[in-house]
Amino acid sequence: MSDSKPSYNIPIGPIHPALKEPILFTFKINGEVVEDLDFAPGKVHRGIEWMGMRRNPVQIAHLCDRICGICGVSHTLAFCRAVEQIAEIEVPERAHYVRTIVAELERIQSHLLWAGVAAHELGFDTLFHLAWRVREDAMDLLELITGNRVNYGIVQVGGVRRDITEDQFPKVEKTLAAYEDITKKLLKLFLEDTSIKVRCRDTGLMTRKQALELCTVGPTARASGLEMDVRLDAPYAAYGDLDFTMVLPDQYAGEIRGDVYDRIVVRLLEVVQSMSIIRQCIDNMPPGVVMWEQKYAKILATCKKAEGEAFGRVEAPRGECFHFVRMNKSESPEAWKVKASTYSNQMSWLTMLKNEQIADIPIIVASIDPCMSCTDRVAVIGNGTSGILTKQDLHRLSVEKTRRIQGC
Amino acid sequence: MLTAVMAAVVGCIGIAVYGIVFGLFLQGIDRKFAARMQARVGPPIRQPFIDIGKLLCKDNVVPEGALGVVFNAAPLIALAASVTILLYLPVGSIMPLLGEWGDIVLIMYLLTVPALAMVAGGFASGSPYATVGSQREMVTMIAYEFPLAIAIIAIAWRLSVAGIADPFLISTIAQTSVWSIAGPFGWLGLLLLLLVLAWVTPAELSRVPCDTPEAETELAGGLLVEYSGRNLALFSLSAAVKTVAMATLAVVLFLPWNPSWYIAMAPTTAIVADALFFIIKVVLVVFFSVSVIRVMMARLRINHLVTLYWKYLGIVGLAGLVLIVLDAMLGMGVVA
Repeated sequence: MSDSKPSYNIPIGPIHPALKEPILFTFKINGEVVEDLDFAPGKVHRGIEWMGMRRNPVQIAHLCDRICGICGVSHTLAFCRAVEQIAEIEVPERAHYVRTIVAELERIQSHLLWAGVAAHELGFDTLFHLAWRVREDAMDLLELITGNRVNYGIVQVGGVRRDITEDQFPKVEKTLAAYEDITKKLLKLFLEDTSIKVRCRDTGLMTRKQALELCTVGPTARASGLEMDVRLDAPYAAYGDLDFTMVLPDQYAGEIRGDVYDRIVVRLLEVVQSMSIIRQCIDNMPPGVVMWEQKYAKILATCKKAEGEAFGRVEAPRGECFHFVRMNKSESPEAWKVKASTYSNQMSWLTMLKNEQIADIPIIVASIDPCMSCTDRVAVIGNGTSGILTKQDLHRLSVEKTRRIQGC
Repeated sequence: MLTAVMAAVVGCIGIAVYGIVFGLFLQGIDRKFAARMQARVGPPIRQPFIDIGKLLCKDNVVPEGALGVVFNAAPLIALAASVTILLYLPVGSIMPLLGEWGDIVLIMYLLTVPALAMVAGGFASGSPYATVGSQREMVTMIAYEFPLAIAIIAIAWRLSVAGIADPFLISTIAQTSVWSIAGPFGWLGLLLLLLVLAWVTPAELSRVPCDTPEAETELAGGLLVEYSGRNLALFSLSAAVKTVAMATLAVVLFLPWNPSWYIAMAPTTAIVADALFFIIKVVLVVFFSVSVIRVMMARLRINHLVTLYWKYLGIVGLAGLVLIVLDAMLGMGVVA
């Protein structure tokens, strides 16, 4: 494309088929090439932190499940770890293993969901249908263990609400065995297909240095060769007892380029890794209870006495999920801050998308596996001034509007 | 004179109805095939008819920034042009209605008209998505015209070398199997050209991997993004009719055989048998060059698309042409 051509702006979002959640991108395009871009998140802010600060920790655990439809376990786990540290609650050993199994199953279903979305963004619908059908097995397993397909509601302050019983193990093993075959097939289909290779190799590049400077986390960082995995850097739950290594793209391709292809490699290899982690958990599962205290009243009483602050870090499927909690001897926490992985990763879009083609925008945007509903935390209303409306304010506003409509 | 005009009018209406019904049916079959290959149940075969019916009930929105006249005329022109192509193409052993007034070169030109109408409509809708889509559609057209032209010219040329009169007339091509005229080298060349035409078909019909002008996930429908209601229905019908036209063209060029050539039967039986056999051939062409290709591929980037058509398919097409020329020069097959 020649330089003399005038550039024009293309808005993508807040609602667009390429975006699974609302976010507004503005692209300055020259011909088919992205010259410059900007994005405005904050379209799905729901005030969850605000809601949480008016509830007790046991209730917040269920609220955490609903921060994100995909990585509910990670958010709840991060929050519970923060509260458990403040209130000095010791989680039973077996509960750690159950938490790990559920978190890894979540990683499997999240990565497969992402793989399907990525295939769809590339216009490869056959692979999209295949990946999502394969994902159903993980969802069924999660339903068997937790009782729910999404919003599992299994992790709670002090442990987990349900144990994995012996009679469930064969079913888990059966699904894992089935996955062993299917992941090999998926790896071949995704990584050896020419049309995917042509589209993904050397698109959306991010070097290791850029990944470090932009504070990226999770698979996005690892695909650029940045060794960063909370499960290994600061082990939590049962990860300290388990044997696994960090997934980097050179384990498959022999080199690290930091492109979209490498991000596919990392996520698919992590599915394989998660299966081995689940197997190890099942083999080494210690006996015992899964809850620090069966009576919720006692948990609440302990939390109410707690004072201090702590943060919980969890490696969510998309990267580090960070919860900060401060408690001050009251029923609800004094402060609760959620930093989801997309919050750390989203700035890398600016680097990745510059000088890329319009055709590659969807796959590059999807390549960090964005989750806007996890990320959007601040509502700025009006010219940079923010505020929280109380129930009285909302009531007053609605009465005013009704009067205005009635014309009196 | 009057009866001739009447016959032409009735024939045109008949062809239009045939094109639309058969085209929508083909799309339904294609969707079912694709769904089964993707391990889905898929919509019922009548789904395209339901979709068109629904679109016709919907509001026809013309965006504020659009150039109303062009925006509304484009779908009409696209459908009219698509139906016009069918007037020059046979159905089984029923020879084309206007076969005497146009030849295969005219069909090549007519095939570009619906695409040009879509480009005009896209530019006229005043949306940046549609503008990008239109630019891509033009580039796509430039890319696939060359291999398509090679395939058509090569076959007509081989017929002329064999001493057949009027080799560019559709009726001549439809009634002569080029396979029986060409020798071994020619067959090889024809196979290459068949491959080229199978790949030109998805580009001509804007299907995956060549749906870059519409690209749902990138351009949200591209040049059709602003179209709705009646206008979108007309474009969908035009696409359906064009599917029939492209598949018929492939059948005429490469699979012209009719059962009545080999089995003696009464004239009316022959027409019905030939038409049924023709429908099977068209469905097969759609299956291989639309359904199978779109199921096994991801969308191409526009620069990859141009490389594929100009470079790779261009070279394959030229190789086919050279083989056919060699075939004629070495005196293999039928040479006058």
